[in-house]
Amino acid sequence: MEIEQKLILEPGRSAKNYWRDLFHYRELFLILAWRDVIVRYKQTTAGAAWALIQPLMSIVIMTLIFGMLAGLPSEHGAPYAIMVCAATLPWQFFANALSLSSQSVVANAGLISKIYFPRMIVPASSMVVSLVDFMVACFILAGLMVWYHFWPTWRVLVLPALVILAIAAALGPGLILTALTVRYRDFRMIIPFIVQFGLYVCPVAYSSNYLHEKLVTKLGSVVGDRLFLLYSLNPMVGVIDGFRWAILGGATQAGTGAAQDKMEAFYWPGFGLSIGLAAMLLVTGIYYFRKTERAFADVI
Amino acid sequence: MSDTVINVENLSKKYVLGKNGSSNGLKHVIHDVATAPLRWLRNSASGAQKPEINGRKAAETFWALKDVSFEIKRGEVVGIIGRNGAGKSTLLKILSRITEQTQGRVEITGRVASLLEVGTGFHPELSGRENIFLNGAILGMGRQEIKKKFDEIVAFAEVEQFLDTPVKRYSSGMYVRLAFAVAAHLEPEILIVDEVLAVGDAQFQNKCLGKMQEVGKSGRTVLFVSHNIEAVLKLCTRGILLAKGNVFAMGEASKVTSIYFEDQISSAGKVDLHAKPRTLPGNGTVQLVGALPLTSQKVWSYPFGRPLALLLHLEARKAIGMIELGIGLFSARGFEVASWSSTCAGSLLSLKTGLNTVHINFNDLKLLPGRYYLGLGVRSERGFEDYIPEAVWFEVVVSDESAKANAHTMMGTFVPNVEAKVVV
Repeated sequence: MEIEQKLILEPGRSAKNYWRDLFHYRELFLILAWRDVIVRYKQTTAGAAWALIQPLMSIVIMTLIFGMLAGLPSEHGAPYAIMVCAATLPWQFFANALSLSSQSVVANAGLISKIYFPRMIVPASSMVVSLVDFMVACFILAGLMVWYHFWPTWRVLVLPALVILAIAAALGPGLILTALTVRYRDFRMIIPFIVQFGLYVCPVAYSSNYLHEKLVTKLGSVVGDRLFLLYSLNPMVGVIDGFRWAILGGATQAGTGAAQDKMEAFYWPGFGLSIGLAAMLLVTGIYYFRKTERAFADVI
Repeated sequence: MSDTVINVENLSKKYVLGKNGSSNGLKHVIHDVATAPLRWLRNSASGAQKPEINGRKAAETFWALKDVSFEIKRGEVVGIIGRNGAGKSTLLKILSRITEQTQGRVEITGRVASLLEVGTGFHPELSGRENIFLNGAILGMGRQEIKKKFDEIVAFAEVEQFLDTPVKRYSSGMYVRLAFAVAAHLEPEILIVDEVLAVGDAQFQNKCLGKMQEVGKSGRTVLFVSHNIEAVLKLCTRGILLAKGNVFAMGEASKVTSIYFEDQISSAGKVDLHAKPRTLPGNGTVQLVGALPLTSQKVWSYPFGRPLALLLHLEARKAIGMIELGIGLFSARGFEVASWSSTCAGSLLSLKTGLNTVHINFNDLKLLPGRYYLGLGVRSERGFEDYIPEAVWFEVVVSDESAKANAHTMMGTFVPNVEAKVVV
């Protein structure tokens, strides 16, 4: 050993080399993520097909109920199923990431109480699992596009950036809920509720432009616009709108009128707000997680 | 480059006692946060010093470690001993960075690997091969390092045939062997080990001990916590004895272990049976009131191979004949090793009014070193007069005779008196 590695442990000192430490443990992060991915569908007959079946079923149901039964309009002239799909993918990623990560530290209690590593690795590796599920589910989108002969434009190239935004949007609340679950198991009960509730609060089954339009016609443009801006505080609204813009937009179809143009417009203030809030949650999440992780082994 | 690899200064760790180890429930936290402004106003108005949160007492605290200081030099193999709750595990947890100390400072030079449990992170659904990589990474080995040692690990664990079987289908012996094999091939500069030898069969335990000795001889620094004093004596050059969170003694391993025994001895003596919980209390005609060990120091610590003898005190309200005395001998885990009743000896006892003393001797019973307890019962013609399921605890400790008999390799709870000779 040429360089003597010196480690000093003092109360409150562990924070100092946090990011270097995190980098040092990257191999453990990869192997834990690999383990979680491998184990997820072990001893199931359908295996990874579950990552397809779950979103597919919810797309079918939402298209039937909201698109056909309620007759809500789609966006960008795309088939309703594709519009729902473009939102279901990031939404399922978010929901999975939130529930998996919040359980992850408790599920790995044995590791936490026996071995040192930066604890953030554990919820982060459950992000990877959700991301893998997400990528598998992307085949549904491809399948639907082929089925409806609906071709995307150059805008899909923005998708990777939007995926990163989705990860950031999930990681922030994920970290906060993970840290809270370690101390208060109440959150085990709360999270399924958040996820279920979120499905309706986020524009998954319907178009956010439609909601905006409805708000304006019902409440007048001043109140309606303000309410919609408030609605856009939800980081997932920005992520979902971004996904729809990238996947559905640009493919101008015949017969688009002025009304359609309004539906096409990308709502920038809302998107900016979403990004801002996602960033704020991420910073808060990392801060809170780091503050509490030192005591994880004692309270778990 | 100094020779001190671990330097611990005034290390203290405080735990807050309470539900779940957290001082406040969620309900209280929400309540406290919600009423914080109000409290702040009230306190600043009245000038109160220490705000007592809404009448709830400050949680009880407990110092698991208090002002512990020591130094460990490169290449030393140090055994850390002490009773349960002395702070050994807390110390290891701080040194391996699992938990943070409340006060004090630790300086560690070199790569540390800690082994607080074998098979940490093993996943039941994964195969043996996959678990080797997973567990290796968890213990701090790189992929390349594991690849290099893979064959060695497999050979040591003797699981070649089952490499691609999920470990949930392994026998517990195979599981433990594989887990230890990965751990044994760690090559850190400092190794922290806790009680891992308490696993597997005797043969495998010896193999593990051998491996540990090898590690010690290769010049690496080892911190070893164990209840197995023989293993400590065998492996360690130095010892640290912890008691109630303090360093009680430190120095040569053999000296420290003998202090440990002496310390244990001074902590026992006559047991008052009045306060023990009873499952079948009689009407008080006859009661078990006390027990006294018959060892040289009058303590509940019998060296292996010496007679297990004790005195029982019984109080009778009136003279009574035909009393049956029953004794159950249990291992620390509650397994009934043997039971005996005075009828087995063919004699019933008769008691006089007042205090009676009964001398009891387990002839020829060689219990293996470990902790045991006795259940005591008294029965008369009318039925049970008194019954204490967990009356006295005692310990059988290692001695020169146990070393001669290789007692640490023995399975079960006692060494029977067996005769074997060549007859043909």
